[in-house]
Amino acid sequence: MSQTMNKTEQSGSFMSMLASGTLRIIVSLVIPLLAFVVLAWSVTYMTNADAPKALRAVIALLVGVGGIWVLYIAFDNLVSLLPVRMREGVRPFVFVGPALVIITVYLLYPAVDTFIRSFKDARSVNFIGLENYKFIFTDPNMLLVLRNNLLWLVFVTSFVVGLGLVIAVMVDRVRWESAAKSIIFLPMAISAVGASVIWKFIYTFRPAGRPQIGLLNAIWVALGGDPQGWLLLQPWNNFFLIVIYVWILVGFAMVVISAAVKGVPNEQLEAARIDGASEIQIFFKVIIPNIRATLLTITTTILIMVLKVFDIVFVMTSGQFGTQVIANSMFNQMFTFRQFGRASALAVILLIGVIPVMIYNVRSFREARS
Amino acid sequence: MSQVKIQSERSASNDRIRQIFSAAPLRITIIVIALLWTIPSIGLLITSFRHPDAIQTSGWWTVFQHPFELSQYTIRNYQQVILADGMGEAFLNSLLVTIPAVVIPITIAAFAAYAFAWLEFPGRSFFFVVVVGLMVVPLQMALIPLLSLYVNINDLIGIKLNGEFLGVWLAHTGFGLPLAIFLLFGYMSTLPAEIMESAYVDGASPLTTFIRLVLPLSVPVIASFAIFQFLWVWNDLLVALVFLGTNPEKTVVTARLSALVGERGQDWHVLTSGAFLTMILPLIVFFALQRYFVRGLTAGSVKG
Repeated sequence: MSQTMNKTEQSGSFMSMLASGTLRIIVSLVIPLLAFVVLAWSVTYMTNADAPKALRAVIALLVGVGGIWVLYIAFDNLVSLLPVRMREGVRPFVFVGPALVIITVYLLYPAVDTFIRSFKDARSVNFIGLENYKFIFTDPNMLLVLRNNLLWLVFVTSFVVGLGLVIAVMVDRVRWESAAKSIIFLPMAISAVGASVIWKFIYTFRPAGRPQIGLLNAIWVALGGDPQGWLLLQPWNNFFLIVIYVWILVGFAMVVISAAVKGVPNEQLEAARIDGASEIQIFFKVIIPNIRATLLTITTTILIMVLKVFDIVFVMTSGQFGTQVIANSMFNQMFTFRQFGRASALAVILLIGVIPVMIYNVRSFREARS
Repeated sequence: MSQVKIQSERSASNDRIRQIFSAAPLRITIIVIALLWTIPSIGLLITSFRHPDAIQTSGWWTVFQHPFELSQYTIRNYQQVILADGMGEAFLNSLLVTIPAVVIPITIAAFAAYAFAWLEFPGRSFFFVVVVGLMVVPLQMALIPLLSLYVNINDLIGIKLNGEFLGVWLAHTGFGLPLAIFLLFGYMSTLPAEIMESAYVDGASPLTTFIRLVLPLSVPVIASFAIFQFLWVWNDLLVALVFLGTNPEKTVVTARLSALVGERGQDWHVLTSGAFLTMILPLIVFFALQRYFVRGLTAGSVKG
């Protein structure tokens, strides 16, 4: 490719290396900065002009996205004006620089900053060592939070992967497979907030003697039980919340596993059947070993999603009645108690939870490249 | 995970085996499961069309005693929740947040992914490893520093980002970029090298090659990511709460609905119709673009 040539040219002089290095940084920074200023200007200008909100946003979008394109193209043309020996060394940074700058501002710098704040006090002024972590691992309320997150991780993941696997294998054998799959996958499309309202209605409680309008209490009373406020029953209320996430995620696990089940070689299945293996034996001895990699991937994916569970708890109980989890606790530490140190330490705990996956992703990407 | 291929070819003999095992118990089990997965949503949908008094005094399933008696249904709940309870404005706000929060990251990621795939530059593999690593970082790690950064920007140059759409667009852009770059790179790097080289030989610049050749060829992966990001932003509660708050003029459907749960705890006519309003757009996308939908969600599921 033509771009590889410039490497030898570049090594020519130190000055030109320095110059193109500076130019790389400049083009990387200037495009997002200019785009930001233009966007901010158009939003502010339109707000002052008192235009209807929809119009304001449409124009901001046109200015913003159109502006970004114009900036990329303009800077690419500017780079073409550079001396030949520098040109192709700077050009890639017109393309990749803005993204790198945004990622640095929105993810890299904040992650480092949060890590540092987790060792500081409530207002991020003085270093207090490991106090925040000590608090999280000794305070009884915090221990409850950690226990609840553990419950979520264990039960959501095992139910979702287990049910997803069983349904995937069963649904593979009926003719209206895709219809059944769609129905089970559907909850994945809606927001966790919407799903929580659906289930809050199911758990609704009316005093004994009045007609129950919540489905669960209606069934419970019909079976002879006393109506229950399900969301107040500690510690079982955690499981009533866990059910919601299971309901949302099973379809997702099923679709992924089902694709893997279809990849199990037919010869193996038929050979097992000819040998007289039962369907149960085929399931455990043929299907499971064949889809082990997919099961591992879906399990880690679900674990990551569950680790950060927030919306369901926020809507259902706001973390009261012994149902608090890490992400909600962090939100409260941040906004209600203004304890930035503790909130940061909780975020770091979430990060530590995903670090193995991070390492695995990077490693498998490197292997795939080489 | 991103390349989930659905193999539909099956041999005739296997079809026969399948028929044998499509026995009654199996079918019944699947029907029961499908019902279990549908009933909660059906209950919500029916309740949202019932009169408020009826909702409070009888279960939604009682409509099946006379399912065709149309007087038991009403659209008043929707009028109420859209006009009086602010769901209409929140719906508009959600659109205003979501569309830019999908378009901006796709634009920036497309340029970056092209450079990672087809241009040589120092630090290329290092930067890409950083992108891959950041993909799963929980966005909780970013909230406090960004909030205080936004405050500082306001103090320094007077551009307000907290509680403004612009602040949310940029936040979603930042959080979505690593995944977008990763997916688009994965696709763009598999495009045949010959067509790039012949474009260079014809004198096309990298920019022309990108706009004329690479971008049009990458439409499928862009569509998958767009659907994923659309759903992610539309259904998001945390980022909206943190950067927009619950100010009715700026709030989005998820935040409005969760506020309604607090304000109108037992007014199920408002909550059910409000909840259905938040779902309507994702459901349309789901039924219209199911294949892209599954692909996009599968590919994006590890997003932080």
